[in-house]
Amino acid sequence: MRASPKESRTTGAPRNASGRRGHAATPYLFIAPAFILYAAFMLYPLARSVHLSLFAWDGLTLATFVGFGNYTELFTDDRLRAAFGHALAFIIFFAVIPCGIGLVLAAVLTRSKARGLSLFRTLVFLPQVIAMVVVSVAFKQIYAPDGLLNSALRSIGLDSLTRAWLGDYVFSLPAVGLIGSWVSTGLVTVLLLAGMAKIPTELFEAARLDGAGAVREFIFIIVPSVRAELTVALTLTIVASLKTFDLIYMTTAGGPGSSTTVPSYEVYRRAFETGQVGSAAAIGVTLSIIIFLITLAVNRISERGA
Amino acid sequence: MFPRGKTFTGTLIAAALALTLAACTPGSEAPAPSAPATGAAINKDVASMGDVTLTVWDQEVRGGQNEQMTKLNAAFEAKYPNVSIKRNSQSFEDLGKTLRLALSGTDAPDVVQANNARNTMGAFVKAGQLLPLDGWADAYGWNERYPASVLKYSQYSTDGTTFGSGSIYGLPQVGEIVGVFYSKKKLESLDLTLPADWAGFESAIVTAKEAGETPLLLGNIEKWPAGHVFGPIQGAKVPPEQIEKLGFGNAGASWITPENQAAAQTLADWNAKGYFNKGVNGTEYDAAWQKLTKGEGVFLMGGSWMAADLADAMGEDVGFFVPPATAGDGAQTTGGTGLPFTVTAKTKNPDLAAAYIDFITNDEAMGILADTGNLPVLNTSTYAPETGALKDVFTAFESVTTDGVLLPYLDYATPTMGDTLGDSLQGLLEGKLDAPAFTEAMEADYAGFTQGK
Repeated sequence: MRASPKESRTTGAPRNASGRRGHAATPYLFIAPAFILYAAFMLYPLARSVHLSLFAWDGLTLATFVGFGNYTELFTDDRLRAAFGHALAFIIFFAVIPCGIGLVLAAVLTRSKARGLSLFRTLVFLPQVIAMVVVSVAFKQIYAPDGLLNSALRSIGLDSLTRAWLGDYVFSLPAVGLIGSWVSTGLVTVLLLAGMAKIPTELFEAARLDGAGAVREFIFIIVPSVRAELTVALTLTIVASLKTFDLIYMTTAGGPGSSTTVPSYEVYRRAFETGQVGSAAAIGVTLSIIIFLITLAVNRISERGA
Repeated sequence: MFPRGKTFTGTLIAAALALTLAACTPGSEAPAPSAPATGAAINKDVASMGDVTLTVWDQEVRGGQNEQMTKLNAAFEAKYPNVSIKRNSQSFEDLGKTLRLALSGTDAPDVVQANNARNTMGAFVKAGQLLPLDGWADAYGWNERYPASVLKYSQYSTDGTTFGSGSIYGLPQVGEIVGVFYSKKKLESLDLTLPADWAGFESAIVTAKEAGETPLLLGNIEKWPAGHVFGPIQGAKVPPEQIEKLGFGNAGASWITPENQAAAQTLADWNAKGYFNKGVNGTEYDAAWQKLTKGEGVFLMGGSWMAADLADAMGEDVGFFVPPATAGDGAQTTGGTGLPFTVTAKTKNPDLAAAYIDFITNDEAMGILADTGNLPVLNTSTYAPETGALKDVFTAFESVTTDGVLLPYLDYATPTMGDTLGDSLQGLLEGKLDAPAFTEAMEADYAGFTQGK
């Protein structure tokens, strides 16, 4: 080590090579602690889930190997098929509707230069901060047969529309979905507000000079400018919608019947209640793959458009 | 760098996969089902066991439950200073989820409270994780202590296929019974006397409806509460031997019978005719019993566990009864026992565990249970308070367990029956399923299980 750099460059090959080998391993040494943690708590459980999903196992006795039986069941079991269908429907409520509302809301807030913007921003973001369990309990009261929503309907003479929202085979899915919309809208709005704040005001001035109104501004300036933020918002909310569990667990337990059950709720049910651990693992693995594919698609589409 | 990184990650993933696939089949770490303990002499002398620790997992977390457990544990430790009890208390839901892992782990507790149902106790028995206690039952005289109608709730065949007979796997401390709570003031204002039989109950419902009251209260958003309405209806209309087979999930009965369909039809009609509060499937369980306390209904069908809360809110106004099929007979209704205390197969000291279970279910223990506001499973009526809904509950439980028939909860039957029952009852109430379709859905689960095992 006392040798000067010049000398080291001229020394023999073995030493030089060993030096380079050291350099090559260094990055891996640096990522090793994080990687080991990641492997122990993410990769291993994931691989173990894949492994478990190939067995019929009650969690107690010896399992039987069933190959892809648990996966084919996803297509043959009506209840499971329905669960995945509900999760896809929730994408509309958790992602599409909030993005629509969020875009308009953020655009109006940005362009109107309203006072108290930060207060409003806090208010729309609030649902994100409240624990989902609390949100669920509150909405259960609102949707109850003699709850707020029905009282409001009665007070304006719409008695015919009142119903037990969460106990209705037709309306329970949208009722639960709208809770998701309420929660997601704040996040989307705040993300988009941040994106819109970066749009140079010259663009709007130029557009005004060219005779563009508020609608054209929205379509041709605002929406294209926040493409990146929109992608982030969509990715986050789609993932949230597909892995919804607490909301269903707390409000309807998948009911009435099985009309609001979702894959993550089925995972919980099968793993902890009915002793179908293999099937639960298969649902979990499938759900992960679907989430991965959908988010990949969202990001690909937005990159291609950019 | 890129390709190199990819190979590196690829190798790691392959290694991880190889590791897991090489790992043994899930469940192969579990112990082989243990043969019933035979031959070994049973030691009832706890004082001679030396300094020992007994680990107990229970779910007695609520007020009176926790109080009785604390008192009994202290009494056991005071009687046997060489024993220290390590208690782990969790809510019913939490215990249900952790017990599977705890029992298959290496450091299993000695005594655990396991739900009677097939998806819990049945699964543990099948996996050989609980000890059959027949030897200790003979030594301590548990067969004489408990009526057969109560003891069968913790009996399984050693292979776990038959429920309700076979070896004794545990003992419960408390009883549960499902019946009808009512508001005395409401009955009076309707000029009704307490119905003496099922027909009287049904006609009282009609009278209440005609007077503009809400005759029956039900909150069924949680799916299971309707089972506690259907159970007594079924008890009044279907022969008890059949319900027992259906409830315990033993072969030899069928859901598709005219009697079961009539029971289902009754429940569907009750909702169709507006006898229940509006929107039962969207109403919370707690909201429903609170309606009774506010005078918004006449009858509330439900379990004895609600008596304390209702009495707190309504005082002497609330009463409880179980209408028998024929006046004067014992009633046939859903009910059961609290979670039985069982002994794990991995315990190092089964004699101590059995002595503990004996201690917390003996006569003195029953007295302590009653003092702390629980419903003791044995000699219940002798502990009944002077007045109030609790007195009605105590009397009804004793009368049903001795003169009538205590019918199992229907969701005991199969691991998935809780869901099937809950989903189907919601469908039946909503008119999505008619009575024949309801019984077919139930039969599919029941027959699938009894024929598949």
